[in-house]
Amino acid sequence: MLKVLLARLGQGVLVLLAVSAIAFAMFRYVGDPVLTMSREDATPQEKAELRAFLGLDQPVPVQYAKFLWRVVRADLGISYRNQRPVFELIAQRLPATLELVLAATVISLLLGIPLGVYCALRPGGWLARGVQTLSLIGISTPTFVTGIALILVFAVWLQWVPSFGRGNVVDLGGWTTGFLTASGLKSMLLPALTLSLFQLTLIMRLVRSEMIDVLSSDFIRFARARGLPARRIHFTLALRNALMPVITVTGLQVGQLVAFAIVTETVFQWPGMGLLFIQAVGFSDIPVMAAYLLFVGGLFVLINTVVDLVYVLVDPRLRVRGA
Amino acid sequence: MKISMAAVALATALTAASAHANTLRWSFQGDIATLDPYAHTESFTANVLHHIYEPLVRRDRNLAIEPALALSWQVVEPNRWRFKLRPGVKFHNGNSFNADDVVASITRLLDPAARARGNLATVVRAEKVDDMTVDFVLKGAYPLLLNDLTGIYIMDREWMQANNALKPGNITTGVTTYASTNANGTGPFRFESYAADAKLVMTANADWWDKKVEHNLNRVEFRPIKSDATRVAALLSGELDLIVPAPLKDLQRISGAAGLKVIEEPSLRVIFLGMNWRDSLQVAPGQKNPLKDVRVRRALAHAIDLDAIQKRVMRGKSRNVGVMVAPPVPGYSAALDKPYEFNPDLSKKLLAEAGLASGFKTRLSCPNDRYINDEQICIAIAAMWSRIGVTAELAIESKTTYFPKVDKGETDVYMLGWATLPPMDGFSVLSALLATRKDGYGGNNPNGFSDPRIDDLARRAAVELDEGKRRGLLTEALKITHDDVVYLPLHQQPVAWGARANVDVVNFPDEYVRLWFAKVRN
Repeated sequence: MLKVLLARLGQGVLVLLAVSAIAFAMFRYVGDPVLTMSREDATPQEKAELRAFLGLDQPVPVQYAKFLWRVVRADLGISYRNQRPVFELIAQRLPATLELVLAATVISLLLGIPLGVYCALRPGGWLARGVQTLSLIGISTPTFVTGIALILVFAVWLQWVPSFGRGNVVDLGGWTTGFLTASGLKSMLLPALTLSLFQLTLIMRLVRSEMIDVLSSDFIRFARARGLPARRIHFTLALRNALMPVITVTGLQVGQLVAFAIVTETVFQWPGMGLLFIQAVGFSDIPVMAAYLLFVGGLFVLINTVVDLVYVLVDPRLRVRGA
Repeated sequence: MKISMAAVALATALTAASAHANTLRWSFQGDIATLDPYAHTESFTANVLHHIYEPLVRRDRNLAIEPALALSWQVVEPNRWRFKLRPGVKFHNGNSFNADDVVASITRLLDPAARARGNLATVVRAEKVDDMTVDFVLKGAYPLLLNDLTGIYIMDREWMQANNALKPGNITTGVTTYASTNANGTGPFRFESYAADAKLVMTANADWWDKKVEHNLNRVEFRPIKSDATRVAALLSGELDLIVPAPLKDLQRISGAAGLKVIEEPSLRVIFLGMNWRDSLQVAPGQKNPLKDVRVRRALAHAIDLDAIQKRVMRGKSRNVGVMVAPPVPGYSAALDKPYEFNPDLSKKLLAEAGLASGFKTRLSCPNDRYINDEQICIAIAAMWSRIGVTAELAIESKTTYFPKVDKGETDVYMLGWATLPPMDGFSVLSALLATRKDGYGGNNPNGFSDPRIDDLARRAAVELDEGKRRGLLTEALKITHDDVVYLPLHQQPVAWGARANVDVVNFPDEYVRLWFAKVRN
C-alpha cells in the first residue's frame, strides 16, 4: 500500500514537472506581459526596464528554474495584473469553481442514473428514444451555445433566474458559499446545468449499457426464475451491480469538469478559477497561468491516485501484483 | 460572526434593491485590475477609480481641463509649477486634504516599483510650500503637465501611513499593499465593497466638495461581464441599467427592446494602417520594399473604399477620417481631415508610374479582438487591394500575440488604433508614432520610419509652452504625414452603450464612464 502511494507520488511530481515545463515553453507564444503592462505610448526604455525588473530578459530555462525554486518554497508569486499573491487569487476563486463542479456532478447523477435505468428497461419506448436523441444533442453542442441558449430562455424570456454571477454568497471563514442563500442557489442553476450536460449524457449512457449487460446475466435470470419482484431485481440487484463503473467515471470526471468549467464560467461570469485563467491568458499574466496549470495538473494526479488506491483496497488481486 | 455580517450585508442589499430608483447597475467587459491607483496602467481601471479618487485637475463635460483638488496654478519657472490646493476637502475617512497628501502621493507614484510611474515621467518631485500650496519640479519645460495630472489620483497620507501603504506594491519582491484591496479618496462616491470578477459597490459621498452635484445616484454597482452575449442578455433581462460597450451587432436589438436605448458617439480612437519602412518587406526578403515609394502608398490609399467599410462593416456607426487624431484632440485640423478619395483607376496609374503595373505582394497583419470589427475591416481591405493587383496576404491573430509582433517590427502593413490617451493630445502621435525611435521617442514606431522634419517638430512641441504655437507644430507634423501617406487613416471607431431608457448618462469620446453626470429618472 505504502509502496503504491510512494510510487504514485513520484509519478505525480514528474507529471507536474512536465506540465510546468511545457507551460513555460509555451508562454513565449501567448504574448508579451511587458506590452500588456505598459501604457500605450510607453517609451522603449520604460519597457526594457520593466522587462529586466520582471526578469523576463533572462533565458527561458533560467526563468523556469527560478519559478521551480519559488514553488518548492510554496511561493506562487505575484500576479502581473493585480499585484496580489497568486495563491490568494486562486484560494478566493476555488470555492466558486468547486461548488459549481459539485452542483454539476449532483445534477448529472440525479438525472443521469434514473434516465439511464429507464432507457435500459424500456429500450424501444418513445420516451427512451427521445432521451437518447436529446443526449446526442447534449453531447455534441458546444458549452457556450447551450449556456447562451439557457440564458435566453430562463433569464431573458422567463426571468426565473439571473443570467450571470453568483448571487449573494455567505463567507464561512474564507470559503464563500452560494448554497446558503436563495439568490446563490438560483444563480447556480443555469451554469451547473450547462456544465453538467456532458457528464449527464455520459452517465446516462453508461448506466444504460451496464444495466442491459447486467440484466442479461445469469444471476438476474435466476432471480427472475425464483419469482423475485421486478422492483427488487432492477433496483437492488441490477442497478447496484451496474453502478461500480459509474462511480469510477464520476470520480475521474471531476477533474474534467474543473477544466471544462473555463467555458461555462466565462459565459456566466462565474467568478471561479476558469475565469481567472482566461483573463490571465488575455493579459499574459504568467504567474497566474503557471499556477493554474500546476493546480489542474495536481488535481488530476490527486484524483487518479485516489482512484488507484480505492481499487487496491477493493480488489485484492492488485495488491498481490503491487507487492 | 462572519455569517451575521453577511446577513447584514444581505439586508442592506435588499433595502438597496427596494430603493432601486437611485441605484445604477452597470457592466463592462472586464474587471478592474486593482484598487491601487498607482499599481496599473489600464485606462478602464483608472476610469472606475476616478469615482473614488480624484486628481488635482479633471475633465469637465466637454473634456476641457478644470480645477478639481487644485484651485489654481501658475508656471513659476519653466520647470516649476505652483498649485494652490482646494481648502475644506475631506477624504472619505474624514481626514482633511492638504499639501502633505499631494507630496506623499507623488512620492509614492514616482517610486521605482510603482507600475504607473511612467504616467508622470517628466516630474522629478513634488515640494510642499505651505499647507495649501505645492510645487511640482519638472525635468524641463513641459506643456502637458495638466493633461498628465488629470490621471494622477491623490491618496491620503495618514491613511497610507496607518496601513503601511506609503510605498507601492512590488511584483518582484512580492510586496502587496492594503491599498490594492481598499480605497479612501475624496471623490463623489465612497468605496463600499469589492469581490473580484463579481461586484464593486460604491455609495454616494454626501460630503463631496463639489456642491453642484449633477448626479442623483445613491449607489453604484459595477458588475463585470466578459462575454458580450451575456452582457447584452443581462441588460435585456433587466439585471443591469447600463452596459459598456454594447456590441455593434446587438445595437438594433437593444434599441428595439422596450424600455432600452442605445447611446452612441464617435470615439477618440482613430484606426489606421501602419507601413514597413525597411529596405525589404517581410514577405519578400532581399527585394526592394515598394512601400517606400510614396506613389505606391498613395495607390494603396486610393484603392480603399472607406464608405463601403463604413456602411457594410461598421454598420454606418464609424466616421471616416483623413488625419491621425480625432476632432476634439489638440493638433486636429479640419482642413487636413479629408479622407483619401476612392479611385482605383488612379491607384493603377500610380502603381504603373512606380514601375509596378503588375502589382506586388505584401502582408496585412491585424488583430481580431482589439478594435471594433478589426478582422472584417482587414478582410475587406485585402479584397479592395486585390482589385488593383496588390496581393495582401492576411495575418490575423489575437492581440496578445499580434502586438508583440508589431512592437518588434515584424509586420509589413498592420492595423493600429490610437486615442492619444491619457493626455488626450496630438503630441502623443508625434512622440510615439512618428518620431524616429531613439531617446525615448518613437516607442510605437517600430518599422524604421524616420523624417527629420517631424523629429524636429516633435522636439520643439515637447517644450513649447505657448499653446497656439504648440498646436501649430502638431498640425504641421500631421500635414506631412497626410501628404506623404506615412500612415493610412481609416476611421474613428464608435463608442456605443446600451442603457435603460430612464437612465441619462453622458457618453464621452474618450470612452470614460463618468457617473457623476448620471441621472436615473423615476
